[in-house]
Amino acid sequence: MSQTATMAGSAPATGGAVAVEPRGPRPKPFFTPTKIIIYSVLVFFTLYFLFPLYVMVVTSFKTMPEIRFGNIFAFPSQINFDAWVKAWTSACTGLTCEGLSPGFWNSVKITIPSTIVSIFIAAVNGYALVNWRFKGSELFFAILIFGSFIPYQVFLYPLVMITRELGIFGTLQAVIIVHTIFGMPILTLLFRNYFASLPQELFKAARVDGAGFWRIFFEIMLPMSLPIFVVALILQVTGIWNDFLFGVVFAGTQNLPMTVQLNNIVNSAQGTPEYNVNMAATVLTGLVPLIIYFVSGKLFVRGVAAGAVKG
Amino acid sequence: MADTAVQRVESAGISGQRGFLRKTFLHNLPAKIAALPMVATVLVVFVGCTLWTIYYSFTNSKLLPTGKFVGFDQYERLFATSRWNVSVTNLISYGAMSLVCTLVLGFLLAVLMDQKIRFESAFRTIMLYPFALSFIVTGLVWQWIMNPTLGLQGTLRNLGWEGFTFDWIANPRMVLFALLIAGLWQGVGFCMVLMLAGLRGVDDEIWKAARVDGIPTWRTYVSVVLPMMRGVLVTAVVLIGSGIVRLYDLVVALTNGGPGISSEVPAKYVYNYMFSGGNIGQGLAAASMMLLTVLIIMVPWAYLEFGGKGRRS
Repeated sequence: MSQTATMAGSAPATGGAVAVEPRGPRPKPFFTPTKIIIYSVLVFFTLYFLFPLYVMVVTSFKTMPEIRFGNIFAFPSQINFDAWVKAWTSACTGLTCEGLSPGFWNSVKITIPSTIVSIFIAAVNGYALVNWRFKGSELFFAILIFGSFIPYQVFLYPLVMITRELGIFGTLQAVIIVHTIFGMPILTLLFRNYFASLPQELFKAARVDGAGFWRIFFEIMLPMSLPIFVVALILQVTGIWNDFLFGVVFAGTQNLPMTVQLNNIVNSAQGTPEYNVNMAATVLTGLVPLIIYFVSGKLFVRGVAAGAVKG
Repeated sequence: MADTAVQRVESAGISGQRGFLRKTFLHNLPAKIAALPMVATVLVVFVGCTLWTIYYSFTNSKLLPTGKFVGFDQYERLFATSRWNVSVTNLISYGAMSLVCTLVLGFLLAVLMDQKIRFESAFRTIMLYPFALSFIVTGLVWQWIMNPTLGLQGTLRNLGWEGFTFDWIANPRMVLFALLIAGLWQGVGFCMVLMLAGLRGVDDEIWKAARVDGIPTWRTYVSVVLPMMRGVLVTAVVLIGSGIVRLYDLVVALTNGGPGISSEVPAKYVYNYMFSGGNIGQGLAAASMMLLTVLIIMVPWAYLEFGGKGRRS
């Protein structure tokens, strides 16, 4: 079989003769020149994408003398967790020397309520936009979507003023509100499109039976929209966890999220830089979104692509 | 259906109100209450804050936004500041390179992934994972890799390749390419996923017809499939473009604007003047210029997408 395949593969070179061709599709050998090119390009890019992850992990397990030896590729001579412990508990940010752990817990405190509040509000918005349209609702939605393309820098200072007036500037509430505001366009779009795809008869039947706005939402719409909630959850948790700008502006020095803490550890620390600690801290910060990414698989792709699908 | 709603409202004892009031405010009341956060966000933030920023960019506000009206002074000063001009030039060069490279590489990788290859999901997983990471993590990893003494350059020199040079991060003329490498690493996978979805959406009949006509595969991709993916391409351009204008975290983490001011970007200029420079008027003027840039890009697009009729096939 494989012999005939190679024969067939080399045949066309001499192929002036006609009519002797065997029937059926020509069996393809695995290593055609095209396939080799395709796979080598893909492997090249795979290396480009994997290299930083490899370097991060390998560096974090090395000792400083080993790093100063100057081989970024080399595997650590022995697995050393000191840098990880230091990154978590005692690395200095220029102000304090408590490591990343306070930042981690701040990020948890920011991410959980922001995710819940923003998703709940966006789900209700999407539901109202599909099933309970009121005058001007589509216009508000259009401005919402358009507004999502405006750079955040335009809103920063007025929002600082507003949160200051409300007395919540520099607190967790401020960050949660800001995340809810800027998560609203994409999430509302997501839920609106999803609710619009559900059969309208369900809503009408419930309406005829006398169910009101909230009852239909909680008892009919919510149970049916688990998949889209998971997508929204992935989108928000990774997005809010990775945020830097809102954390640094609104959270206040007591509540700085992990990304800000990480940047302070690496970029504003005094003295000789400890690259192994820096890399351990970097891996730790990237760990939450990476775990979500690898666990959620295709749903993550749906989540990020959701932003691309227009309604 | 509407009758029952009206009856219920009436039985609640509001039947004395005039019909007009009922129609504008009470009709669909729960929905309006539920949509209040959205309405407030649109009115207060997306409209209100934008107008506020534009208005106060015409004042001489320093530490507090209370200054008096000074016309275009802030804008004149803005364009007389070398740091701003460097920021704008950087954003244009980086943006053009990033947009072109992301689209080309994204499309190329999507085409390769579309060749019925093995391990497709493994390749996709590897190409997309950087997109899950924050720009801070991305910036810091590449900062370490590009470290001139201990990173890639130092390693290859130690291994015997004495002439190897990869000091882009410390070289004012090359630092934008350092940003580009890190930015592409983070974003190409996403573009590839978008493009692949677009490729898979192309009808099989098109491929059969092209094959019957004897058009080479690459030609079919470039001349037939690519124009058919207009929707995906526009989306990709808009998403990548709005990301480029916002470019901030990556610069802070990778170079912090350095060496000198050679990798400054507008978003960073805004932040520095507003929150550490104590010159709010300048920051607001810079922010308004960013807004203007986005409007110049967005308005024609919005008009083409939603204004013109029957353009989408």
